[in-house]
Amino acid sequence: MGLRTFIEGWPVYRQLTGTDPLGRGAAAQSGRSAGLTARTETADSMARSVCPYCAVGCGQRVFVKDGQVTQIEGDPDSPISRGRLCPKGSASKSLVTSPLRQTKVRYRRPFATEWEDLELDVAVDMIADRILAARAETWEDVDDEGRPLNRTLGISSLGGATLDNEENYLIKKLFTAMGALQIENQARI
Amino acid sequence: MAEAHPVGFQWVMEAKRRGAKVFHVDPRFTRTSAVADTYLPIRAGTDIALLGGVVRYILDNELDFREYVLAYTNAATIVSERFEDTEDGDGFFSGFDPETGSYVQDSWQYEGHESDSGSGHTAKERDSAAGLRHESHGAQVSGKTQRDETLQHPRCVYQILKRHFARYTPEMVERVCGIPREKFLELAQAWTENSGRERTGCLIYSVGWTQHSVGVQYIRTGAIIQLLLGNMGRPGGGVLALRGHASIQGSTDIPTLFNLLPGYLPMPHHADHRTFDEWVDSIRHPGQKGFWGNSRAYAASLLKAYWGEKATPENDFCYGYMPRMTGDHGTYQQVLNMIDGKIKGYFLLGQNPAVGSAHGRAQRLGMANLDWLVVRDLFMIESATFWKNGPEVATGEIVPEQCRTEVFFLPAASHVEKEGTFTQTQRLLQWREKALDPPNDARSELWFFYHLGLRLREKLADSDHPRDRALLDLAWDYPTHGQHAEPSAEAVLREINGYDVTTGRPLASFAEAKDDGSTAVGCWIYTGVYADGVNQAARRKSRHEQDWVAAEWGWAWPANRRTLYNRASADPQGRPWSERKRYVWWDSEAGEWTGHDVPDFEKTKPPSYRPPQGASGPEALAGDDAFVMQGDGKGWLYAPSGVLDGPLPTHYEPAESPMRNPLYGQQSNPMRKVYDHPVNSVNPSPPQEHSQVFPYVFTVSRLTEHHTAGGMSRMVRPLAELQPEMFVEVSPELAAEAGVAHLGWAHLISGRAVIEAKVLVTDRLTPLRVDGRVIHQLWLPYHFGFEGMVTGDSANDLFGITLDPNVLIQESKIGTCDVRPGRRPTGPALLDLVEEYRRRAGIVPGRRPPMVTTEVRHPAGPSDDGPRENPE
Ligand code: SF4
Repeated sequence: MGLRTFIEGWPVYRQLTGTDPLGRGAAAQSGRSAGLTARTETADSMARSVCPYCAVGCGQRVFVKDGQVTQIEGDPDSPISRGRLCPKGSASKSLVTSPLRQTKVRYRRPFATEWEDLELDVAVDMIADRILAARAETWEDVDDEGRPLNRTLGISSLGGATLDNEENYLIKKLFTAMGALQIENQARI
Repeated sequence: MAEAHPVGFQWVMEAKRRGAKVFHVDPRFTRTSAVADTYLPIRAGTDIALLGGVVRYILDNELDFREYVLAYTNAATIVSERFEDTEDGDGFFSGFDPETGSYVQDSWQYEGHESDSGSGHTAKERDSAAGLRHESHGAQVSGKTQRDETLQHPRCVYQILKRHFARYTPEMVERVCGIPREKFLELAQAWTENSGRERTGCLIYSVGWTQHSVGVQYIRTGAIIQLLLGNMGRPGGGVLALRGHASIQGSTDIPTLFNLLPGYLPMPHHADHRTFDEWVDSIRHPGQKGFWGNSRAYAASLLKAYWGEKATPENDFCYGYMPRMTGDHGTYQQVLNMIDGKIKGYFLLGQNPAVGSAHGRAQRLGMANLDWLVVRDLFMIESATFWKNGPEVATGEIVPEQCRTEVFFLPAASHVEKEGTFTQTQRLLQWREKALDPPNDARSELWFFYHLGLRLREKLADSDHPRDRALLDLAWDYPTHGQHAEPSAEAVLREINGYDVTTGRPLASFAEAKDDGSTAVGCWIYTGVYADGVNQAARRKSRHEQDWVAAEWGWAWPANRRTLYNRASADPQGRPWSERKRYVWWDSEAGEWTGHDVPDFEKTKPPSYRPPQGASGPEALAGDDAFVMQGDGKGWLYAPSGVLDGPLPTHYEPAESPMRNPLYGQQSNPMRKVYDHPVNSVNPSPPQEHSQVFPYVFTVSRLTEHHTAGGMSRMVRPLAELQPEMFVEVSPELAAEAGVAHLGWAHLISGRAVIEAKVLVTDRLTPLRVDGRVIHQLWLPYHFGFEGMVTGDSANDLFGITLDPNVLIQESKIGTCDVRPGRRPTGPALLDLVEEYRRRAGIVPGRRPPMVTTEVRHPAGPSDDGPRENPE
């Protein structure tokens, strides 16, 4: 490194001679930070999303690289949030990449003291069998005056309010056709 | 709001910067209080007394926006001479039936319409949470009313309102709420001064209002004030519900609720809705005016969306397949039924009732008594592991080797691993693009339910059982994509929007829905979200490229309208009330309504329009009937139907209170929903004996850094680090009285449970002087449970189950308890401690607090209330 480079690398020199007299930008930048690029710039793709926590509905931009979420930040275009996120919204990347996330099916037999593994396809099949059995056991065709009931009170459901509208629509449609009336949601609570 | 909806709160700060005055009313000093102009600590559960005081202040000083009130509200409408007010009934309106603990509403009706009470008897409506239906429209009422435009008639709504709230004086507010009268007057004055032609004020609430045994009436009181001040349908006005979850508004619009179908159509009731016509007529009320008159088309189109080709006008669109309600099938009734062994299987879809619902122990005992449980979640939440790690395992009430519940844990896709719409708190739908595929076995609910449906139909393919027809005939065919055959969320959204069944053309507005089977519409209030075959919810035009209404960001129901009832932003002649508050107005040259928003009125109906004799439906709405979804076109200061526990709000004490009601002999809401079940109990309140066993009031709310039952925050490192521990906030005075020390432990005891927490002694809580005595309140976050990176006891364990009668939401913002220093006992000793308190408080199974506590009106008392207590 020559003397000239050394002097020019000096922040005070850059601050006095460069375009950044207050020393808050280019003048203060170190060699290391000059070499860094934002994850948002190197991402393979960006999806426009919405924060999954409260109902303010802040806009999010979700950056993905090599099949991993690398950054989630506020969407500056949103007229609701103007690019801002609160502590929860800002923690969204930690939410979706949390090491505690359970990504495999787990199964607990009656009276068991531990979990076991189970194939997803087998689980769906077993659940379907149990639904049909519960319906058969608890089905009510009519009331005591012969008026239709078409239902089972043997099945219940309680959904969270982070479900998409499309999901709620299919849930309600399928349960209704099944005769399962006792469908509830966080919206009751 | 700064705590629980932080980014929304930026707009409050923006308004403050422009001169708005911010009032914050809360039992606890929060981050919102810190930046408010005035903070008013209040005794929890007394908001109706406070707001009622504001109503009285407005009426007494004639500060209402008279022109607005006359034109757009029912202030001038005359009410039946049979109506009797709570002022005469010691807390009861006329029509109370002590046998059922509910009202017959005939006497509440408008003059001349006593016989066509929309409600008849409210006990049945309470069970089906019928109040919820009115989220999109008013209750039935005849359009033809008698009015006194001078507001002098003693039975006009204006005069009734005046008498009803006459005793809600500043002195009474102080006595009930603990808010000094000068502070109250400051609030009332600022609110009224900031309303009128030139200015509007807005009212913001959240579950601090809804989670009460008289919650709907809290909001009603707020609505009365906003109508009197002319703050509805105008920019900067309104009653704004801040909802707590990303799509909780959507979960009500497209409900997964037992009593509703999409678009607030009621689930059929076995006795009232035997046939399609009975069902439809109960919704549209033939002859009524307003837009709800077209509901036959919405109902037929929904069934068409459900059963496709099989649904025809000849078979009433398969209406016969619909399951029927017979009573209360809500989540709390379900849990009690689980404990009683009546329910086989339970699905939990991103929900954690072991922590998030009232009476956690009842929730866990219920889940421990199922045949099977399916938990779909991102994390191993408490509701999946109660059989292993729950507090009842420690007390010996649940023994894993004896717990028969088979548990399936199915991992869910996160919000970035699927596409779809959330409906946020202002009815705005925003489409989320998918960023990547979910890992391993994780799948969306869309995937799970679609494939579950396919599986069920495969298994039933050869069935000739009549009960299986509804499943087999279901229109259940959505295009899929990707390696997991993920169904297309856009295809589902298109069905929700609705389409012409012959051409497949998506409908542009719900006015195009037909009752002849030619349209299928999944949720009529969402029609337009897929207009022109374009996903309107995916619109993301930058805020820099459009005006402040931002109509091209997402899509709001109905019809992309951002402010409801915005016809009221113009005067009866259609002119803006003021230049400053210009929003929607009549353009007489063009002959149409225009403005910054989509007008909430028929586009070309002039302000001078008067309906012809005998008109019904939209045609019957006059050119100045701004409240188009109301049966009489008016905003309701007084609700003759639709609100089950009274046409006007009345202060009742919470179900658990250390105080006698200072206003009426009737202590608590006589219509509140109670459950007699051995697992449930209510701590005694005056006039019952022993209320001093649980001398303190506790309330719960959120921390900024956590989310509801903690399933999405205690499992996330940065959030867990920010708020790592369960704690209780107590005032220095209470700390001294209870002998608890800052940073030490305390345990709290109710008739249901005992929980422990670290103590934070702080003047954020302040003892209130109320009715000549001191009331101590303490505060808890309700996010903690026994799983995750940070754990702690659950505040919801302390609550019993008592519900609002209109919507069956639980009273979980207030309860009574005792506080003791130190950690709680463990194991069976914990149960002994609760039992000791129950014994001292006289809580025995089968004995519940009296529903009627006034001798004036019902000297004999109801027969079904068990032993009556003597007033103290
Ligand atoms: S970022 Fe915060 S305020 Fe915005 S939606 Fe998410 S939780 Fe709500």
